[in-house]
Amino acid sequence: MINLQNISKHYHTRSGMVRVLDGVSLVIQPGERVGVLGRNGAGKSTLIRLISGAEAPTSGRVQRSMSVSWPLAFGGAFQTALTGFDNLRFICRVYGADPSDKVPFVQEFSELGIYLYEPVRSYSSGMRARLAFAISMIVEFDCFLIDEIVAVGDARFHEKCHHELFEKRGDRAMIIVSHNPDYIREHCHRAVVLSEGRMHTFDTLDESYEFYMSQQYV
Amino acid sequence: MSSVSPMRSIRPNFLQAWAVQRRVIGALLMREVMTRFGRHNIGFLWLFVEPMLFTLGVTTMWTIAKMTHGSHLPITAFALTGYSSVLLWRNMPSRCISAIMPNLSLMHHRNVKIFDIFSARLLLEAAGASISFVVLTLIFIAADMLKPPEDVLQVLAAWLMLAWFGASLGILLGALSEQYELVEKLWHPTAYLLFPLSGAAFMVDAMPQVAQKYLLYLPMVNGVEYLREGYFGSLVHAHYDIMYMVICCLVLSILALAQTRKISRTLIPE
Repeated sequence: MINLQNISKHYHTRSGMVRVLDGVSLVIQPGERVGVLGRNGAGKSTLIRLISGAEAPTSGRVQRSMSVSWPLAFGGAFQTALTGFDNLRFICRVYGADPSDKVPFVQEFSELGIYLYEPVRSYSSGMRARLAFAISMIVEFDCFLIDEIVAVGDARFHEKCHHELFEKRGDRAMIIVSHNPDYIREHCHRAVVLSEGRMHTFDTLDESYEFYMSQQYV
Repeated sequence: MSSVSPMRSIRPNFLQAWAVQRRVIGALLMREVMTRFGRHNIGFLWLFVEPMLFTLGVTTMWTIAKMTHGSHLPITAFALTGYSSVLLWRNMPSRCISAIMPNLSLMHHRNVKIFDIFSARLLLEAAGASISFVVLTLIFIAADMLKPPEDVLQVLAAWLMLAWFGASLGILLGALSEQYELVEKLWHPTAYLLFPLSGAAFMVDAMPQVAQKYLLYLPMVNGVEYLREGYFGSLVHAHYDIMYMVICCLVLSILALAQTRKISRTLIPE
């Protein structure tokens, strides 16, 4: 279970304090897939970082009694001077996995071929996305955090991601962030909507969807 | 530092936490080695070849210039002990300042903490300076330009003290530099100006009595004096107060950890 209790997050900016999240509470049960909807800048990614533990809330508590991934398919963590393989090894070392038996999967998924041993800076954005996703799949977690996965890659890539996430790991909890409500409808059990720092929770996906859509034209 | 394994229990005991800590610092260390030295030419050997070249260069220059340094020590021995010490404590802060920004994206991994990034860099820096010092000492001894140290343990203790000083100053300045850009700007001139005062190029005994008192306020001067006494024994008359240096390092360490904690609360992964 993941339990967010009355989380607030403030950031300092040059024009003063900005309150991104204001008293947000959320409970995620094992195996539950929760969508997070919200317009650009609504605090979706901030929420994900707080849940992942990469960032600390200004006030409130985050309790995790299941293992939680880093924000999935996140390619920004690559050291571009290093090869894809070196980046894979770094993640394996951090999480205590053995890189040698992960290479076949990463090769198969990323389709990088010889480029796995070339610096990441020589990769196209599609290659980076495939590598990032493949690396995200080498460590198993009880809960996966997914931040805008459909934003990159082609149809074939999306299909493979779908297979890895929702078919092979369909029993895991997931928190899926997107401003694409159809993606959330398709993959989540329920959804919450972030708006002006507040979290709105609903019993059904349809209610969340309606609320989110009504927000678009305010 | 309170690292949690993502795969095992959520509240790890000390041994589990220690294992995660070692794993993360090890991973950062390897990443740092690959990024800095790569797989080209001599690769990671640069880790200690570079400080060796520095020390050799300075030793040669001081030897040619027949620099006076106020003791009867051979200039080679004097330069080796002095410049190696400088490299040890001075490069640590230089590596820690602005170390967070390029590694900000790694902070998405919950177990990677600011302290780990500093630790990896400090370990690497200490290893480079130490290997350089030991290898050059052995070479000079083999070439009959230097006698072996009189008290190896005291040399080791002095070296560790200088490393502690460098590490605590490094973490403090590194953590401060995240909050105040000024730190980076001011460190370079400060480091440059501290070099002639650091005891690398003189023995305190040769300084005027008035100056001695003030020079010994600098923690690293005490360390270098202690090191030289260990190395040369009765050949030198060293002045130092190791307790004073310990207290300085303790205070720096506490401030360093406090500032690290402070900035980790407001850190935003990229």
